[in-house]
Amino acid sequence: MSATTALVPTGSQTVGPFFSIGLNHLIDRAPTRAAGSITIQGQVFDGDGAGVPDAMLEFWSPAEAAWRCHEQSGHPQPTIEARPQATSGSDQAKSGEPLAEPTDPATGYAAGFRRVATDGDGKFRVTLLRPKPAAWPDGRLQAPHLLVLVFARGLLRHLLTRVYCADEEAISSDPLLQKIPAERRGTLVAQAQGPSAYGWNIILQGQNETVFFAW
Amino acid sequence: MIDQPVVPAAIPGTQPEYHYPPYRSSVARSPRQPLMLLPQTPTESTGPVFGHGLIGPHDNDLTAQCDGEPLGERIIVHGRVLDEDGRPVRGALVEVWQANAAGRYRHKVDQHQAPLDPNFSGAGRFLADDAGHFAFKTIKPGAYPWGNHHNAWRPAHIHFSLFGAGILSRLVTQMYFPGDPLLPLDPIFNCIPDEAARNRLVSQFDLERTEPNYALAYKWDIVLRGSCDTPFEGAR
Ligand SMILES: [Fe+2]
Repeated sequence: MSATTALVPTGSQTVGPFFSIGLNHLIDRAPTRAAGSITIQGQVFDGDGAGVPDAMLEFWSPAEAAWRCHEQSGHPQPTIEARPQATSGSDQAKSGEPLAEPTDPATGYAAGFRRVATDGDGKFRVTLLRPKPAAWPDGRLQAPHLLVLVFARGLLRHLLTRVYCADEEAISSDPLLQKIPAERRGTLVAQAQGPSAYGWNIILQGQNETVFFAW
Repeated sequence: MIDQPVVPAAIPGTQPEYHYPPYRSSVARSPRQPLMLLPQTPTESTGPVFGHGLIGPHDNDLTAQCDGEPLGERIIVHGRVLDEDGRPVRGALVEVWQANAAGRYRHKVDQHQAPLDPNFSGAGRFLADDAGHFAFKTIKPGAYPWGNHHNAWRPAHIHFSLFGAGILSRLVTQMYFPGDPLLPLDPIFNCIPDEAARNRLVSQFDLERTEPNYALAYKWDIVLRGSCDTPFEGAR
């Protein structure tokens, strides 16, 4: 269809303070695999430096990605072969193996997705598979990363950001990070706190404000 | 400059700005630095796929989740989930939550002096069918006061959360009811500058789908960003 007949996407509205009523069922519900998992913990802050006690974060991992509409569109189901090899983590899949099922048939849970909520102090903690390198459109590799969606009362539209792991060598040459002013780049990098534990804060506004992306 | 296709920005006026002072909570929670451009890579063009295992037997009937029936005006809400090309988003996960008929949420933070309804959880979820259709039964939520400004009341609304063709199709929004006198006064509804886009958040009364002697009906179609065929390719 041509752009002139395209429909206008529905407007966003805030998730509000009571989202747990409807969204709790997916919070912390993901299957946790010990091997190859990492934990990211941190705090969400507002412009006054206060923790945000009613934020919800959603993490999307391209390492477990499955094309949403591949059946309809005829896009091939992605396999490990089509993807760069992992440089770290202990759950490297063998070349040619299909990726994990995009959906767990029993629970309906989507692979690669995590939803967490902040506590009364704005703190969160998420455990997920260590991300793997992903393709950049020109064929170069991107450093392993996760896409992060931030929802909260006060956010009329969710925020979009990414998080990288500080101990991945590839972050020094990552094509996206290189385009971000050096003084702000660190806001997207989770610092290692242990072999598979990272610390990362999200600052909605003010000094060291996290880099957010337009969408 | 980014040398790759980037995630297209929204059509001006059709989405809220983050900083919207009439909605007080947005002031300290909205970024002040300019948003950066995000390239379209496999991370952006893929998304989670949820299945029927997530959906329980009464998740699409909020009037049948407890021992008794909730108080209030029974309604059927239905519509379609479409992509920007007007094609159905098959299997889209839709999550809903709302206040009860008295305008009270089953949530510890809700201090409104209105009664809870022991027969109403206020939560539902379902998957759109192959034609993008969804339908659920509930009771019409009540308006409720909030602390944004003196004598502030939220118009009756149902919160919606949707997953579409890719993670960038993600949408959280609210559905309103036609003719609500609180709509022109509500800063959250009015945060969308474009009048036509704003009014598309208001459902339509649907006489055809009412069930005589049982329930009224409202119709609301939802358009998610991107396309099922080519997620986020070809900026407008
Ligand atoms: Fe609400």
